[in-house]
Amino acid sequence: MAERAILEVENLSISLPSGADRPLAVEEISFALARNEILCVVGESGSGKSMCANAIMGLLPRPHVQPVGGTIRFEGEDLLSLPESRLRDLRGSRIGMIFQEPMTALNPLMRIGEQIDEVFDAHGVLSKAERRARVVELLRDVGLPDPEHLGESYPFRLSGGQRQRVMIAMALALEPAILIADEPTTALDVTTQAQILDLIKKLQAEHHMAVMFITHDFGVVAEIADRVAVMQYGKIVEMGPAEQVLNDPQHDYTRRLIAAVPQFEPPERPQIEGPPLLSVKALEKTYVTERGLFTQGRRVPAAQEVSFDIRKGETLGLVGESGSGKSTVGRCIVRLLDTDGGEIRFGEIDLAGLKGKALRPHRRHVQMIFQDPYASLNPRSKVGTIVAEGPIAHGTPRAEALARAHELLHLVGLDPSAAERFPHEFSGGQRQRIGIARALALEPELLVADEPVSALDVSVQAQVLDLLAEIKQRLHLAMLFITHDLRVAAQICDNIAVMKLGRIVEYGPTRRVFDDPQHAYTKALLAAVPGKRWSIPEVALEHARQHARRVAS
Amino acid sequence: MATTTASEKPQRSARAQAFADFCKRFARNKGAVVGLVILLAVVLLALIAPLLYPASPWQMVQRPFLPPMATEGFWFGTDTLGRDIGAGLAYGARISLIVGIVSTVVALTIGVTIGALAGYYGGYLDDALMRFTEFFQTIPNFALAIVLVAIFQPSTTSVIIAIGIVSWPPVARLVRGEFLSLRSREFVQASIVLGQSNGHIITRQILPNTLSPVIVMASLMIAQAILLESSLSFLGLGDPNTMSWGYMIGAARTVIRQAWWMSFFPGVAILLTVLALNLVGEGLNDALNPRLARKGR
Amino acid sequence: MQKLIYIAKRLVKAVFVLLAIVVLNFFLIRAAPGDPAQVMAGEAGAADEIFIAQLREEFGLDEPLHVQLWIYVSDIVTLDMGYSYRQDEPVAKLVFERLPATLLLTGTAFVLSILLGVLLGALAAARVGKWTDSLITVVALVFYATPLFWIALMAILLFSVKLGWLPGFGMFSVGADYTGFAAVLDVLQHLILPAATLGLFFMAIYARLTRASMLEVMDMDFVKTARAKGVAPARITRIHVLRNAILPVITLAGIQAGQLVGGAVLTETVFAWPGIGRLMFDALLQRDYNLLLGVFFVSSAMVILFNLVTDVVYTLVDPRIELK
Repeated sequence: MAERAILEVENLSISLPSGADRPLAVEEISFALARNEILCVVGESGSGKSMCANAIMGLLPRPHVQPVGGTIRFEGEDLLSLPESRLRDLRGSRIGMIFQEPMTALNPLMRIGEQIDEVFDAHGVLSKAERRARVVELLRDVGLPDPEHLGESYPFRLSGGQRQRVMIAMALALEPAILIADEPTTALDVTTQAQILDLIKKLQAEHHMAVMFITHDFGVVAEIADRVAVMQYGKIVEMGPAEQVLNDPQHDYTRRLIAAVPQFEPPERPQIEGPPLLSVKALEKTYVTERGLFTQGRRVPAAQEVSFDIRKGETLGLVGESGSGKSTVGRCIVRLLDTDGGEIRFGEIDLAGLKGKALRPHRRHVQMIFQDPYASLNPRSKVGTIVAEGPIAHGTPRAEALARAHELLHLVGLDPSAAERFPHEFSGGQRQRIGIARALALEPELLVADEPVSALDVSVQAQVLDLLAEIKQRLHLAMLFITHDLRVAAQICDNIAVMKLGRIVEYGPTRRVFDDPQHAYTKALLAAVPGKRWSIPEVALEHARQHARRVAS
Repeated sequence: MATTTASEKPQRSARAQAFADFCKRFARNKGAVVGLVILLAVVLLALIAPLLYPASPWQMVQRPFLPPMATEGFWFGTDTLGRDIGAGLAYGARISLIVGIVSTVVALTIGVTIGALAGYYGGYLDDALMRFTEFFQTIPNFALAIVLVAIFQPSTTSVIIAIGIVSWPPVARLVRGEFLSLRSREFVQASIVLGQSNGHIITRQILPNTLSPVIVMASLMIAQAILLESSLSFLGLGDPNTMSWGYMIGAARTVIRQAWWMSFFPGVAILLTVLALNLVGEGLNDALNPRLARKGR
Repeated sequence: MQKLIYIAKRLVKAVFVLLAIVVLNFFLIRAAPGDPAQVMAGEAGAADEIFIAQLREEFGLDEPLHVQLWIYVSDIVTLDMGYSYRQDEPVAKLVFERLPATLLLTGTAFVLSILLGVLLGALAAARVGKWTDSLITVVALVFYATPLFWIALMAILLFSVKLGWLPGFGMFSVGADYTGFAAVLDVLQHLILPAATLGLFFMAIYARLTRASMLEVMDMDFVKTARAKGVAPARITRIHVLRNAILPVITLAGIQAGQLVGGAVLTETVFAWPGIGRLMFDALLQRDYNLLLGVFFVSSAMVILFNLVTDVVYTLVDPRIELK
C-alpha cells in the first residue's frame, strides 16, 4: 500500500464502566488506514473492535465508555480533542458508517428518500432539486430497484439486504474519505451477504475510499480485506497484509482462530447403511397470518412436500437461508408445531398424528438442542434441575434423575458441581453444553439441533461441534442438524438437504452436493460462501492439533 | 449457618448474595428509600391506631370546628361534629391499606389467570380473552366501580370487589405479554419437547419469570386502589361503618370555606401514602429489572 | 385506503363494544339484590304501584330472560334508556342535555393533558439528569399521587376562596345572563379550574410515559444512524426520537380515556359542573339506578369515541398501520 495514511490511531485506550470484566475496552492500540484500502479488524465478541470504530466516529456511549488516552488523527486533526460540533461536521460528510442491524438502523416513521436527504440537509449542501436527483442517483448506485420511486417508501417495505443498501447509500452520499462498516453483513443471509460485500468492494474501488471493515468472520476477511488487524481483549495481537495473516499467521491467537474456522471442503465419509430411524414423508406446514373476523389470513407455506430419512448414526444437514422453512421442519419433527399434512414416522409410530397427552410419552425419543444459549435455559432454575427435568417429567424419581444429571454434566465436559449453580454463572459455550446434557438426559435416539453453534464465537463453536460429533459417535445417535452455515454443514453432515421457500430442492451425500450441485439455488448458495477459495493454512491446523494434544495430556 | 451441610452452603449464600444485591439496588434509589420510610410509618400508624386513639373515630370528643394546633392533644383539629381528625387519619389508614392490598390481590388473581391462559395457549382462546379484557379496559373504570358499589350496596367487601374488578385488565395485558414472549423463549420450548405438562410449564417455568414486573405493577396498583377507594368514599360509597380518608374529605366538602383543615389533612394522608407506594414501586423496578432501570438516569 | 379499512374495522369493533356494554347493564340490574322493577324505579320504596306495573310491562319483566334482554337492547338501540322516576323525565333527555358540558370539560382536559404531558416529558428526557428533569419528574410523581377530588377542592380554596381569581362553582355566572362573546368568555373562566384539575393527573401520566419512551428510543439503532449522518442533536430529538416515542403515548391516551371520563364524575361533583358526571352523583344520592346506568352507558360511549379519535391520530403518525 503505497498510499499515504489518512487516518492514524495512536495508543488509543478506551475505558469501560466499573464492574466490567476488564478496566479498558481497548488498550493502547495503534494502526493506520490508507486511502484506497480495506482494513479488516477481526476479533471475537468483546474484543473491543466495535468500540474502536465508535471512538473514531465519536459515537461512544459516554460517559460510561470513553477514550482515556491516545490520539486519532484524521486530515490533520485529532478527532478525540475536537468539539462535538466539528465532529458532527465530519460525521456523514468525511467519515461514513454502516451498522450491523439493517432492520433497526432506519427510522421506521420516515420515508427512505427523506432519510438520505437528511445527510445533505445536515451538512447544508445542494439545492432542493439537486438533492432529489442525487437521492435517486444514490439509490441506483447501490443497486436498489425502481430508484425513482423507492425514496417514497417507508423502511418496513424493504428487506434486510435492501435496507443495508439504503444505509450504504446514506453513508456514501457525500463521498466520504473513510467508510466504517461495523459487521455490516452479519445479520444478512449468505447470498445477500455476498452481494453487499461485492457492492462495498465496487464502491470502494470507484471512490478510492478507505474502508475499515469490522467482522468476526475470517471467510469475509478472505473475501474483502487488503490488510488485517486481529484483536483480542482490547489489543491488536497481529496486523499485516491479508495474504500474510490469512495464510501464514504468526500469533498463537490468530492461529487458533483460523484453525477454528470450519473447512469449506467436506471430508470423505462412509455411506451410512440400515433402515431409517426417522422417515419424514410429504410434510406440509402453512402459516396463516392476521386471520381476523373480516380478513382472510395471508397464507405462507413454510414446508411443502418435505421428505427425507435419517438412519441411526447419521447426521442429516438441513441448510437454507432465513425463511426457507428449515427451522419449521425441525420444530414439526420435535412436535413444537402441529403439521398440516404428511407423516413423521419414527419406528412404528407417526408423530404427526399424535397430540397432547398421547404424544407426551413419545417425546423422549426425539430431543432438541437450541440456538440461543442465553434463552434456552430457565434463568430461575439450577443447572442440575434443568438437566433432570425431562426424566422427572417421565416418571424417574427426583433423586435418581439428579444423580444422573451429574453424570451427564461430566459427559459434556462440565464439572458436576455445576448442578448446584444457576445458568447466568456460565459462558455461552458452557450453557450450550448444559443444553446438550438436558437433551441427552432422556436417552433420545434422534437429536434435532437447530443452529446450535451460530450464536457462539468461532473458537467456542469448534469445541461444541467437536463435542456433538463425539457424543453422536459414542451414543450412536441420529441427528438432524439445521444450519445456515455451509462451512459447518460441510464438516459435520453425512447427508445434506437444501431448502428454499419451504421445499427441499436438493438432497444427497454432503460431498456430492458440494462437488456437483444440481439445482441452481444450491449452486448460488455455494458460490456465496465467503472465502471459499481460501483454505485453512497447515500452520494453523498444526497449531490446533498441538494445542489439543496439550489439553489432552 | 453452622448447621447447614456443605452441599447446601453455596446455594444459601447465592440466595443471600442475590438478596443483598437487591437491597443495594433498591437503596441506590433515594426516592424509593424515602417512600419505604413513609409507607412503614403509615403501616405503623394503622397498626397502633387503637392505642393512640382508644375512643372510636366516630365519637364526639371536643367542640366542633376546632382548628388544628389550637388545643393540646387535638393537633389536627376536629370536624363538624366534634370528632377528632387525628383519630380519623389513624383509622383511615387501616381501611386504605386493607382495601388497597386485598383488592390488588383480587385483581392480580383475575389478571394473572386470564393473562397466563391467553398468553400461553394463544389462538382463539387468546382472541376471546383479550377482547374481554379490552372491553373491561374501555369501560370507564371509575364509573363502573360506582355502579357496582351502588347496586351491590356500599360495604368494605363490595368496595374491594368493585376495585378488583375494574383494576385487573392492565395485569392481564402485562402477564399475557410476558407469557407470549416467554412462551417462544427456547427454555419453554425445551420444556415442551421434554414432555412436561402444560400446567407444570405455566406454573413452574414461565410464571416465576414474570414475577418481577408483576410485583412492580402490584405496588403501583395498591396505590391506584387507595386512590379509587378514597374517591368512592368521597362520593359516599364507602362502608358506612368505617372511617376513611375519602369520607372525611367528602363530609368536609361543604364547609371548606370555614374549615380547610378538615379536608386538607386527609388529602395529604392520601397523597403521601400513594406517593410512597409509587416511589417504592420505582425502587422495586430498579432492583428487580436492573437492565431496564439503568436507562432512567 | 389501508387506513380507511383500519378505521372501518375499529368502528365495527366500537359498535360491538357498545352492544356488550348494553348487555352488561342489563345483567347488572338483574344482579342487584331485589326485584328489577323496584331497582329500576329507585329503591327507596317511594315508587307507586302503577309505575312499577308500567315498568314490568315496558321491560317485559314477566317474560323469559332472553326476551327481556332483546327488549332492553332494542330500546337502547333506539336511544330509549328508560324513565327516571325520581326526576320525572326520560333518562335520554336528562343525559343528552348534560352531555355537551361533559364533552367540553373532558375534551379540554384530554387535549391539555396530552399536549402539556408530552411537552414536559420531552423536555425532561432531553435534559435527562439535569435539574429540569428532576423538577419535572418530581412534579409528575406528586400529581400522579394526588386524589383528583382533593386537588379540586384545594384549587377552589386557593384560587377561588383565598385569591378570588377564578370562579369555583358551576358553568355560568349566576344571574349575569351574558350573551355572545361574553358568554363564551364566562364559560371559559369557569372551565379553567375543573379542566386543569382533571387534566393534571393525566398530564403527569403522559409526562412520565413520554420521558420513559423517549429515553428508550434514544438508545435505538436509527438514532445512532442519525448521529452518524451528522444530524444536529435538536433535530434528532424532534424528528427521530419524539415522533417514535409518541406512539406509545397515543396508545395509552386511548386506554386512559376511560379513566378521564370516570374522573369527570369527581371533578363535576366538586365544581358543580352541570355535566353527566354531576348527574351520576345525583342519581347515586337518590338511588336512581335507571339514570345511573344511563349515564354509565353514555360515558362508556364517550370513551369509545375518544378511542376512535386516538386510533385516527395513530394512523396519521404511523405508516405501518397496515401491519397491525
